[in-house]
Amino acid sequence: MSKTAKEPVAIVGIGQTKHVAARHDVSIAGLVREAAARALADAELTWADIDAVVIGKAPDFFEGVMMPELYLADALGAVGKPMLRVHTAGSVGGSTALVASNLVAARVHRTVLTLAFEKQSESNAMWGLSLPVPFQQPLLAGAGGFFAPHVRAYMRRTGAPDTVGSLVAYKDRRNALKNPYAHLHEHDITLEKVQASPMLWDPIRYSETCPSSDGACAMILTDRAGAARSPKPPAWVHGGAMRSEPTLFAGKDFVSPQAGKDCAADVYRQAGITDPRREIDAVEMYVPFSWYEPMWLENLGFAAEGEGWKLTEAGVTELDGDLPVNPSGGVLSTNPIGASGMIRFAEAALQVRGQAGEHQVPGARRALGHAYGGGAQFFAMWLVGAEPPAA
Amino acid sequence: MPRPTVRYARDVAVVAFAQSDHLRRTDELSEVEMVMPVLHQVLAQTGLKAGEIGFTCSGSSDYLAGRAFSFTMTLDGVGAWPPISESHVEMDGAWALYEAWVKIQTGEADTALVYSYGKSSPGSVRDVLTRQLDPYYLAPLWPDSVALAALQAQALIDAGETDEPALAAIGARSRAAAEANPHAQLSGSVPQGDYQVRPLRTGDCPPIGDGAAAVILAAGDTARRLCARPAWITGIDHRIEAHALGLRDLTDSPSTRIAAERAGVFEAPLDTAELHAPFSSQEVVLRKVLGLGDGVAVNPSGGALAANPVMAAGLIRIGEAAARIHRGESDRAVAHATSGPCLQQNLVAVLEGDPA
Repeated sequence: MSKTAKEPVAIVGIGQTKHVAARHDVSIAGLVREAAARALADAELTWADIDAVVIGKAPDFFEGVMMPELYLADALGAVGKPMLRVHTAGSVGGSTALVASNLVAARVHRTVLTLAFEKQSESNAMWGLSLPVPFQQPLLAGAGGFFAPHVRAYMRRTGAPDTVGSLVAYKDRRNALKNPYAHLHEHDITLEKVQASPMLWDPIRYSETCPSSDGACAMILTDRAGAARSPKPPAWVHGGAMRSEPTLFAGKDFVSPQAGKDCAADVYRQAGITDPRREIDAVEMYVPFSWYEPMWLENLGFAAEGEGWKLTEAGVTELDGDLPVNPSGGVLSTNPIGASGMIRFAEAALQVRGQAGEHQVPGARRALGHAYGGGAQFFAMWLVGAEPPAA
Repeated sequence: MPRPTVRYARDVAVVAFAQSDHLRRTDELSEVEMVMPVLHQVLAQTGLKAGEIGFTCSGSSDYLAGRAFSFTMTLDGVGAWPPISESHVEMDGAWALYEAWVKIQTGEADTALVYSYGKSSPGSVRDVLTRQLDPYYLAPLWPDSVALAALQAQALIDAGETDEPALAAIGARSRAAAEANPHAQLSGSVPQGDYQVRPLRTGDCPPIGDGAAAVILAAGDTARRLCARPAWITGIDHRIEAHALGLRDLTDSPSTRIAAERAGVFEAPLDTAELHAPFSSQEVVLRKVLGLGDGVAVNPSGGALAANPVMAAGLIRIGEAAARIHRGESDRAVAHATSGPCLQQNLVAVLEGDPA
């Protein structure tokens, strides 16, 4: 079956914008081009080296542009090239990277630019998600209203003390201070301030909630020959998968969705990981509300069921803990929705390239990037390593 | 008939195709209700169940559905339990098929279910499509899809490449061909009608309607097991052009030409072409670029002038071409899908049947 063996995929360029509440100084095209140009510069490549472009973002209503890839073709150097537009709700940034990775793995293209963005200031994400549709359950006042009951269910099921969420937020916001691209830089953050912030959707407080950001993230993916020419150490894809399940049905476990478990299991199988807690050095996890850290620690197999909160409480997930989670500050500090998943994937790659700057986890060799979306129903993950995957 | 020349790691074929009846309005149906029968039909053709499919990918547009994350609901129609390996493109389903084809090429899946759908009836699709234009300079002027197509048609007439009677003949031929297509929205002797935007008359423009389509892909021996005569995808490629109409020669389609070359269209004779040309004038451009002679049956299904469910019409072209190969009516066909104003983005696939 050597004919069908996949081409190893390397990440050789990564670029982000500085994420902020509103980028009034650039158009949507200017925003995405900034991230793409930084990724090309990182890889020391030019637009001519790119064979195809794969772009992702969350709903078009967020900017009010239908299928913006058509208008963005010029800005991303895609004229005369193939351009694909992925949309898988909140997981889209991860899914987009995986579609790009598959193009290289299948040897359809050799070097691919992948990019995800959201310019939320062009519109209003809250209302973009709240268009009334007859005979369907409304989203209950934004995403927080949808997810808060599932956090409650987690607390009830595991007996987690109600202080765990604020620990996550305090950690992620402190980590963000070490990441120059993070949106929120709260220099005066204290645990007491997080715990005193207003309750939005009980038990989720204001400071345990992601911001709305403008931002873009881009990566250059290439094959083995492309990686050999890379001026900086590449990250290598060791496993990647997507899984989906229905939004609502009687058997659904919103606390720990089966699609998330299956997706992680597939990625670990591909990467030869049998003990994720020991074998993975850093995790960039999609945590839009603080309590999703302990929940996903269990869903992703880092802790036994009911034990995730104990890792958080013990400081295991701190930047200097033995399983750092969201060293970049995570979605809690930066949330250009359509790009958030790709930022997780890109930050995982930065860690294993040793390029994460002040928020670098020393000696990180294997890192997991994770994204989810919809009603906790779409999952996308990849595991990247500092070494090429075993043949 | 030369043997199919597959240039990729794996031989992948379209093994089943189903589509809805395309209708002007489907007020009584949700998108899930519109998609489900088509999914059941296409699975029934192969005997596969949703849980046995290796990868699923769909194409649709939130702007047509009028709500964010609209595809999350149609996923329920697939019956994604236990969880499935699945993705979605905010594009015509032809590009969902491309993503699925790539997935099979990686070896991670042997089969794929691809579906797409669009309901244009709840809104004004001419107005809705203006929202896909450059949001700062063009969209605020609300130039609609018919007006932009009319610019292209006039450019072709000015260049001496066609005239109004020739365009009328394309409309008449398409709708006459659609008489043999039970799913078509318009068929038979339809009057050319009044000018919509000069030089385009009603008969040069696609009907507005709702519809869905689905395809199953399979690799190698799996395809042979599921289908008596698989439609092998011997080439597939897609390319995009600049967005601004002022940067393009509207009488040409370089993106189609590059995609066709990469897909191997010109390497052997064709007998069938299913072209996604929502306007009669666009068929003129595509025929020229693809070098289609009189011996090629162009849009024997009636094409997009007979039924144009936005987001599904391109996937239907691939499905219709494949179905002709399944039935033994074609040996080598080209299928084409388009997106964006005036043929901005184009996908070309070559489908071939095994020699008899």
